[in-house]
Amino acid sequence: MTQGVQRSRGRQRWRSRLHRLDRSVSPYLYVSPFFLLFAVFGLFPLAYTAVISTTAWSPRKPGSADVSVGLDNYTTLFADENFHNALINTLGIGLLSTGPQLLLALGIAHLLNYRLRGRIVLRMGVLLPYVTSVAAVALIFNQIFARDFGLVNWFLQPFADSPIDWRADEWSSWTAVAVMVTWHWTGYNALIYLAAMQTIPYDLYESASIDGASKWQQFWHITVPSLRPTIIFTVIVSTIGALQLFAEPFLFDATRNNNGGSQRQFQTIVLYLYQQFWTNGRYGYGAAIAWTLFLITVVIAAINFLLARRISSTK
Amino acid sequence: MSRIDAHTPRRHPPPIPGGTALGQSTRRHRQKRRGEGGLWITYGLLIAIVLISAFPLYWSVVVSSRDKSAIGRYPPPLVPGGNLWDNLQAAFTQGGFGIALVNSTIVAGTITMSVVFTSTLAGFAFAKLRFRGKNTLFGLVVATMLVPTQLAIIPLYIMVTQWFGWSNDLRGVIVPALVSAFGVFFMRQYIASAMPDELIEAGRMDGASTLRIYWSLVLPIARPGAAVLGLLIFITYWNDLFWPLILLNTSNPTVQVAIANTASGIEVDYSLVLAGTVIATFPILIVFLVLGRQIIGGIMQGAVKG
Repeated sequence: MTQGVQRSRGRQRWRSRLHRLDRSVSPYLYVSPFFLLFAVFGLFPLAYTAVISTTAWSPRKPGSADVSVGLDNYTTLFADENFHNALINTLGIGLLSTGPQLLLALGIAHLLNYRLRGRIVLRMGVLLPYVTSVAAVALIFNQIFARDFGLVNWFLQPFADSPIDWRADEWSSWTAVAVMVTWHWTGYNALIYLAAMQTIPYDLYESASIDGASKWQQFWHITVPSLRPTIIFTVIVSTIGALQLFAEPFLFDATRNNNGGSQRQFQTIVLYLYQQFWTNGRYGYGAAIAWTLFLITVVIAAINFLLARRISSTK
Repeated sequence: MSRIDAHTPRRHPPPIPGGTALGQSTRRHRQKRRGEGGLWITYGLLIAIVLISAFPLYWSVVVSSRDKSAIGRYPPPLVPGGNLWDNLQAAFTQGGFGIALVNSTIVAGTITMSVVFTSTLAGFAFAKLRFRGKNTLFGLVVATMLVPTQLAIIPLYIMVTQWFGWSNDLRGVIVPALVSAFGVFFMRQYIASAMPDELIEAGRMDGASTLRIYWSLVLPIARPGAAVLGLLIFITYWNDLFWPLILLNTSNPTVQVAIANTASGIEVDYSLVLAGTVIATFPILIVFLVLGRQIIGGIMQGAVKG
């Protein structure tokens, strides 16, 4: 009898120890797959990029992986006119796409926020571009913006003497690429704004309209300020996305020499990185481009973030 | 219950601090109404936007259903013709779309299963378990969501092809994508709001182990969220181009790599190229038409780019 009690006490102690172990170890066990794989395939390659960027590594020159060149790749890069060009192209296309895209999204979200029939169908229609792949988007718009027998040039026929070669110069090619990006992402951003709009309490609008505020005033003085955190968030995400732009300019130039047009007029930074890495086999130089773009991204995201904090604190 | 409420998810996740609101607020709100005249304008504008959104996809069907000469003249044909089947067949034989569809299914399917599994597990730990360093670790997850990891392609390429020996191998596309910070974040938010703490406490009282609680209590409740995450991840990796383009060559492509390959050269045959985009887009469109409501709900709840 006493033996039985002792045994069950022992078992209980063992069980409670196991229980405590379970509670203390399990959480780490559950989050570890994410952190392990992210460390190996996310963090490590990013850090290793910095290391490679200090070498003259090229798969075409055996032994070059161990040739250290210090910061030479960076001095070359900062004086590299093609890099300056790619930077300007990226920022230009980024401004042309991010601005209209977010303004349009705001307007569309405002419309979708009314009480409507067929709400789901309308939302799905607006989201259709988002589920289309960037490659498909770029290729379809390649035809639409084709010089010969493209759809846009057909529309412009009455207004232009000769068909526009959209790829030929800076502004036209930036516009075409920006149209692709805008078409692809506007509906997605509209749904994010819509989600935030639906959290704005209706009483705010009610009391504003009692005070005689017009719909337009309500939009600017209630809707937009309430959406401020969401707007800032989408600006940051779209900016980061714009800095990484690759597929659209890559596919827009069918020659696949990755110049981004005959005069590099739409070569973005990531396309230039791809060209150095893939076409020219310059791992060290490519890594320097990647690491520089990473720092630019971090700085721009940080500026965005600080501005956002400033704006919301002065509010 | 008004008609609006019938469409909103039953559980309402809390807003992300400093970010976007997750889904609809718990506060009941009424959507704005508009007078008759204004309403017609609203419908008109929205229908125009939907048409603009759908037009390029329609256009890809028009072009891919015509022969080369019909596209190469003005005015262009604005309705589909009878050549769709021939062009699709040509795309399959010339562009390798058969193997591409299989590859994309394997890649997107495997990644989806893994991301959903690891994210649900980690999301549960971050949402409901207490452990030291939890906030720091979760902050790390959020921070990594914004890191543009595609910039690390050069080392990744060296690792995958030289260290692991996976050049032109689907494993090289799949393994680096097996976990997702967005997924962990998404599932944490979902489980935190959908799973009552009392239920977990009750499970503890009954002496259930953490794994048992996860399996029998958390998973059934997390399933709708996990399904939405799975859809978003599947779409993302079905559509992914950059990394597969680098790793896979023309003999073993995914659909996105295959369509990118068809559209190169001096003279591009758009009826063939756009037949490829139809093949690449069609499976996702079907998924979207069937499960669009869930996908929209997921985007509005997650409100973060994946």
